[in-house]
Order: sequence, then structure tokens, then C-alpha cells
Amino acid sequence: MLFDKAIHWARLKSPWIIHFNSGACNACDIEILAALTPKYDVERFGIQLKGSPRHADVLVCSGPVTMQQRERLITIYEQMAEPKFVIAVGTCACSAGVFNGCYCVEGGVDTAIPVNAYVPGCPVKPEAVIDGVVKLLKSIE
Amino acid sequence: MAKMMIPLGPQHPALEEPESFSLLLDGERIAAATVALGYNHRGMEKACESRTYIQDIYLLERICGICSHSHSSSYVQAVEAIAGIEIPKRAAYLRTLIGELERVHSHLLWLGIAGHEIGFQTLFMFVWRDRELVMDLLERLTGNRVNYGMNTIGGVRRDIDSTQTEEVLKALDILEARTSYYIKVCTEEQSIIGRLAGVGKLPREDALRLGAVGPVLRASGVRRDMRKDDPYDAYSELDFNVITDDHADVLGRTVVRVFEIMESYKICRQVVRNMPDGPIAVKVPAKIPTGEAFSRYEAPRGEDIHYVRSNGTDRPERVKVRAPTLANLASITNMIEGGYLADVPIVIAAIDPCFSCTDRMIRVQDSRSGREDRYDWAGLRQYSIDWYKKRGVDLSQTKAAWKD
Repeated sequence: MLFDKAIHWARLKSPWIIHFNSGACNACDIEILAALTPKYDVERFGIQLKGSPRHADVLVCSGPVTMQQRERLITIYEQMAEPKFVIAVGTCACSAGVFNGCYCVEGGVDTAIPVNAYVPGCPVKPEAVIDGVVKLLKSIE
Repeated sequence: MAKMMIPLGPQHPALEEPESFSLLLDGERIAAATVALGYNHRGMEKACESRTYIQDIYLLERICGICSHSHSSSYVQAVEAIAGIEIPKRAAYLRTLIGELERVHSHLLWLGIAGHEIGFQTLFMFVWRDRELVMDLLERLTGNRVNYGMNTIGGVRRDIDSTQTEEVLKALDILEARTSYYIKVCTEEQSIIGRLAGVGKLPREDALRLGAVGPVLRASGVRRDMRKDDPYDAYSELDFNVITDDHADVLGRTVVRVFEIMESYKICRQVVRNMPDGPIAVKVPAKIPTGEAFSRYEAPRGEDIHYVRSNGTDRPERVKVRAPTLANLASITNMIEGGYLADVPIVIAAIDPCFSCTDRMIRVQDSRSGREDRYDWAGLRQYSIDWYKKRGVDLSQTKAAWKD
């Protein structure tokens, strides 16, 4: 019991994220990266960017899902250890945004994998990314 | 030692964007490399045809979130050329200002990423902290940190006032002081020179033969910059230098970029000081007359080309984009081959790749015969079987490695 509590506490205090670009225009990606750098510095909340899906708790996904990326997105999601959470960052990730109707775009991230939190914006501001992560953590609590 | 093929991407910690490289390794050295693209292909050129000229500005701005102003400027230039519109001088100056601030933010972003790729995290954090000054400035001037929405056909959408001018000048002073420190770091710091010198060599002849553009070409000692060679906006009236370097390696590309940031500050100051008065846009009818135009723009990554054909309606008939990264990709295998595996991330990063810009559909057509040189998978397989048959090897019974 105590062990579970400790794990739960650790999960809330240090959610490790992996960032995946499922066909984004780069704008949201650089804003996510900006959230990790000194001005916004999400690392003070214990949030760290990881390179491997197996190390991450939260999949931060940006961009509409293109036909090429769909399978890869699902693979990455499946490689993550349970429990896992997904944040769709940017209007495109939420609903395909301006790319809605393009022949190579499937739709938002939720057309491929389940999504826990949506952060709209074109592009999202780093503040919004932080807000999204904090809200997700609250909901896990 | 046996050669080994390893994949890099589409999801990889050293890559910021989805792209895929297959590297044939001979020990630690790269014997051959191939690039696979298309993960970010969204079908935007086709989508442009179903939207109006004005809607297309905002769509094309989202080709790439880093050089968004470049793409929208290049597109509106082409449309204005078809419609025969001369934009007001103040609009040209404002476009130049945003374009140069974008170059500063893009080059600083690149310098940070380069620091990250070579394990110099301090440089990454320092540069990105200073980059926030430019981002704040862009937000104050245009209303958004990225994807500014500044351009419209016939001019720009927002004017700047004297308080904003003051803010620009104030921020430029701080940025200039910080950038001169980075110039010192990039040209004198032994660990950077040791890590970057001689990595990803691209001699002048190869750069020209493979059609490299932008800082990659300039770092190979070629003076080519659309702002000088084919001036648009206000560049013909401004005084600035084209930075070149003879290192022809990653160090050269770094040096070119950091010095270019300084030139951008110079341009921004001149623009702000000499900003003419007057309107910021002219009225343009929704329907654009029949015609076609081609426009070039020096994006932070190099020459960005847009081609637009109109048919007299309010929607373009064809929009074609050639982003700078596509031009630079041809040289990337040349740079990687013969180098070490550990150098691959920084060599790839050194062309400042932007794959969301690059992933366009290409059809190769013979201009004389009209024949399309395009194969589907089965056709390509048949072609290779025939090719070997002529040389006395029969592969027709071999099982295909991939499913058709």
C-alpha cells in the first residue's frame, strides 16, 4: 500500500514526457521545446523530456495525423509502459485545424490513439502547454 | 568487419522532426546513406486549390512554423506579381522587419539545437533564453509568437507605433550584446571548434553541383543571397553584407549563421529608423486575373520558391512550393558519407532541416517526350529485374523482400 502511494506520488511529481511530431508544422514543437528552456522551465515541476517511449509517462503529440505517421504514432503509443497519458498539443492535434480536409491528413490525434488532454492554439503558447500538463496531473490525482 | 545497416528515425531523440535515414555502417564510419521523406506530407498544395487566395496565406504560413513569414511572403509576392500590384513602401519595410526578426529567431533556435546535438546543453539553454526576447518582440508586433499572420495580399495587416519602435531598438541592444558573446563562443571556444571543424565537409564544387542553398552554400564560400541577388521588399535600399565562410564544414555553417544574426540586427535598425510614412496596404480584388508568377525569398534556411498560377477566379489553379531544405537534402548524403556515426545528428542539424517544409509531392516529367518518370513498386521491381537480365543475372524468381 505504502509502495503504491510512493509510486503515485512520484508519478505526479516527476512526469516524464516524450514528444512526437505526427505531421506538425514545427510551430508547436518549438513551443513545447521552449517550455523546457529557462524562461518557462517545466523541469522545476519535475517534467523531463525523454528520448525513448519506454521511459515516458506522457506522450505529448503535436500536429495532425498524416497517413504515414499514423502507424508510427500507434507503435510509439503501444511501446509506452502503463499507465500512460496523451496530451494533444495544438489545434491540429485536437481537430486537424487548417489541415482538415487535406488528402493526406487523417484528422486529430484522437483518430489514432486515446487522448487525455487537449491544448488548443495555433501554435500553443508555452504557458498553455504547462497549463495542460498541470491540468492533466490534477485529473490523475 | 561486416557492414551493418541501421535505421535513424522517424522517431529518434536526435531528430526534432520525423524523417528517416538508413545508414550503412562500416565499423564506425558511414559507407552509404539514404533519406526517406514524406512523414509530414499533408497535401497542402492541393488544399490551396480549394481555398481562396486570402485563406491560402494562412494555410501556407503553416507549411512551417519556423519560417512561416518566409512562406507567406513568398506566396503573396507571387500573387501580387500576377495581379500587378505594387505594395506601399511602409508595407515593404514592415515585411522586411518581421522577416529579419524571424531570421534572428530561427538562427538562434538553430544555434541552440546545434549546442544540444553536440552535448553543449549550456549553450542550448543560454541561446533559448535570449531567443525569448525575439519571440516577445514578435508577439508585441504581430500578436502571435509564431505564425504571425502579418502578410496580406497588397501589404501587411498591422502597423507599428513609436512605443513598439522603442521596444524593438531596446531589445536589439540586449540581443546584440548577447550575440557578440555567442560569436566569441563559436569562433574561439576550443571545444566547439574541436567538435565541429572538419565535420560534414561540403566543398564549394559539390555545394554548387548538388544545388545547396542558404547558409550551407554560403559556408562553402559561395556568395549567394536572394536579398542581394534578386532584391524584394525593402532590401535594395538597405545596407548589409552577405556573410560567407571558407570552412565548408559544420563550423563554417555555424559561423555564417551567427554573423548573419548580426547583419539582421543591422537591417532591423535601418528599417526602424528609415520607416516611411503612408498606408500599410492597398485594396486588392478577390479575383486575381489569369497569369502565372514565380517568386524567390531568402528564408532563414535558404532560397524559398513559390510558383502560383491563376485562372481568373478567387482561387489559385496551382501553387507549388520548393522549400530550402529540399535543395539542401541532396547534399546531406554527401556530407554524411565517410564520416562517423556520432557526427550524423550534428551534420543533419547543420543544414537546419525543416521537414514539414520539405514534404511536397514531386512528379518528374520529361519536358520533351512528356513521359512521366515515376514508378510504382511493382514497376520498379520489374525495371530492376530487366536491368539485371541485360547483364546476365536472372532475378525474376527471387522473392520480393517487401509486400507489393
